[in-house]
Amino acid sequence: MRSAVALTCCKSLVNSYSMSKKMPAGEQPAIEARGLRKTYGGSRALDGIDLTIRRGEVFGFLGPNGAGKTTTIRILATLTRPDGGSARVLGHDLLTEAEAIRSRVAVTGQFASLDTDLTGHENLLLLGRLHGLSRAARRRRAADLLDAFGLSGAAGRPVGGYSGGMRRRLDIAAGLLVTPDLLFLDEPTTGLDPRSRSQVWELVRRIAAAGTTVLLTTQYLEEADLLAERIAIVDHGRIVAEGTGAQIKSRVGAGTLHLRLLDGAQRPRARQILAGALEGTVRLAADPLALSVLFADRPGAADLGGPAGRAMTRLAEAGIGIADLSLGRPSLDEAFLALTGRRAGAAGEEREEPPA
Amino acid sequence: MSTPTAVRPAAGSDPIDALLAAGRSRRRAGAFAASAAFGLRALLKIRHDPKQLVDSAAIPILFTVLFTYLFGGALSGSAGAYLRTLLPGVLAMSIAVVTMYGGARLAQDVRSGAFDRFRGLPVWRGALVCGGLLSDAARYLFASAIVVSLGLLMGYRPGGGVPGVLGAVGLVLAFGLALSLVWAALALLVPDPAVVIGIANAVLIPVSFASNIFVQPGTMPGWLRAFVEVNPLSHVAAAARGLMNGTGQAAGEVTWSLAATVALALVCAPLTLRLYGRRD
Repeated sequence: MRSAVALTCCKSLVNSYSMSKKMPAGEQPAIEARGLRKTYGGSRALDGIDLTIRRGEVFGFLGPNGAGKTTTIRILATLTRPDGGSARVLGHDLLTEAEAIRSRVAVTGQFASLDTDLTGHENLLLLGRLHGLSRAARRRRAADLLDAFGLSGAAGRPVGGYSGGMRRRLDIAAGLLVTPDLLFLDEPTTGLDPRSRSQVWELVRRIAAAGTTVLLTTQYLEEADLLAERIAIVDHGRIVAEGTGAQIKSRVGAGTLHLRLLDGAQRPRARQILAGALEGTVRLAADPLALSVLFADRPGAADLGGPAGRAMTRLAEAGIGIADLSLGRPSLDEAFLALTGRRAGAAGEEREEPPA
Repeated sequence: MSTPTAVRPAAGSDPIDALLAAGRSRRRAGAFAASAAFGLRALLKIRHDPKQLVDSAAIPILFTVLFTYLFGGALSGSAGAYLRTLLPGVLAMSIAVVTMYGGARLAQDVRSGAFDRFRGLPVWRGALVCGGLLSDAARYLFASAIVVSLGLLMGYRPGGGVPGVLGAVGLVLAFGLALSLVWAALALLVPDPAVVIGIANAVLIPVSFASNIFVQPGTMPGWLRAFVEVNPLSHVAAAARGLMNGTGQAAGEVTWSLAATVALALVCAPLTLRLYGRRD
């Protein structure tokens, strides 16, 4: 994963940059929210969200569909009024200084869409007008943005015909007609192919490096870990865990090995061998043939291949046949399981995000 | 801007870094500029999809031709004679019916999320609705031109001449814009284009027929006549008739129509603004 390595390097640069940045005395955090609550028709979308996000930070809001990620962004971007709680965004009160907040933040995401029947260029010009840019300024800005985001060739085509990745890039470009001090990115890579996803990651990283605070929501632990300095995991309108990627991973584990055996009768023996060969927790799956190992996250033990390979050799020596095996980073599901003891979105009824 | 610029890294050669560094001056679009931007947006949408104009054209054509030949012979002996009564009324009715499409478009914006994108910007909250009114006015002019041209083709000769026709179109247009605010408010309450069209039809069809547009209320039963006489569309139609035919009896109806227009706007404009600013 070359891109992952590059991003990790860049991230550490961003980290050291923001740590070295001294905040002037009395400067408030980018976001300071206390006890945000919101109920939609009897179902609790937000159930007391506390959040402090520093200026210049990339903060990841991680959770399954319906966890309350979008509702939180809508509230902080002044589109929705909370039922309870309070927040200051860039030092402005959410309820009484909405106008000041709007002039300094940008919202992107599926709930705040562009006009699909207009061209990319027309969309940007329109938003430039609405930002009060002069005719010359908005033309230059639109052309520069389209160019920088690799969309010049598609500028004259209606956005409805764009690919998912192009649309997402235009969406982010549309948030930058005036450089915001705080950028909300609602699931910027959901549904994108890996290439488009890494393009979006690169953009987010650059925007953050230039000093804009970014609050991004995602369903992917990997994405939050790569981009965000701190991560909050949300479920059912509450924050269930918060910390740096490393802190979250130390609680969740470095990766997971999934195995499916040829013969279910051998599972107890396989469990024994794996527990002896690997540092981690062995779990038996509901499927009587399957089991998994959650690797413990330890500094200096990033390699999963070596230990996994040796464990496979031991299983083969014991005559245990394997039908299927996979090795990967912990998924959001596994993180939830490790942090909350239940699956993401489980327990309680399904909660839908409100219609935009 | 209170963010510390001194600690930002210098803009490098990277185009995105340079862009971000260059885009930090903040201005605010005035209420008029923002409204004009939204008006332009609606016109651009028509340019990309001219089919949008089909309803604004089909309704006036259908109403003018159909009603003239359907009722003309029976009611006035000839289609030509009936046109003198009917055409100004059909003008009022066509515009009234076309107003509902503005509401449907706003409902579509709320539903698609474009509304939220705009609401998150630091622009006057009435701008989206006002911009819609600007483009609606263009639509109404288009529909009016169709009704008047068809009438002329079919043999209608306005006694009020050009000033009479322009006066009637202006009056109908003003009433149409006030009426469109009703559908704008409805669209913000129920963001579903089909529902907005359905409710608007359920209101506009009876209001159009229970009026003096097609027949004079003298033949109607008392309860219906009572409704017809307070129906604002009757007054707008009568005013348009007076102006277009130049009968010199328009003043009272024009006053009535303008009063109804202002009253509708005074009730609906604040309501629409309030619904627009609502955050939930």
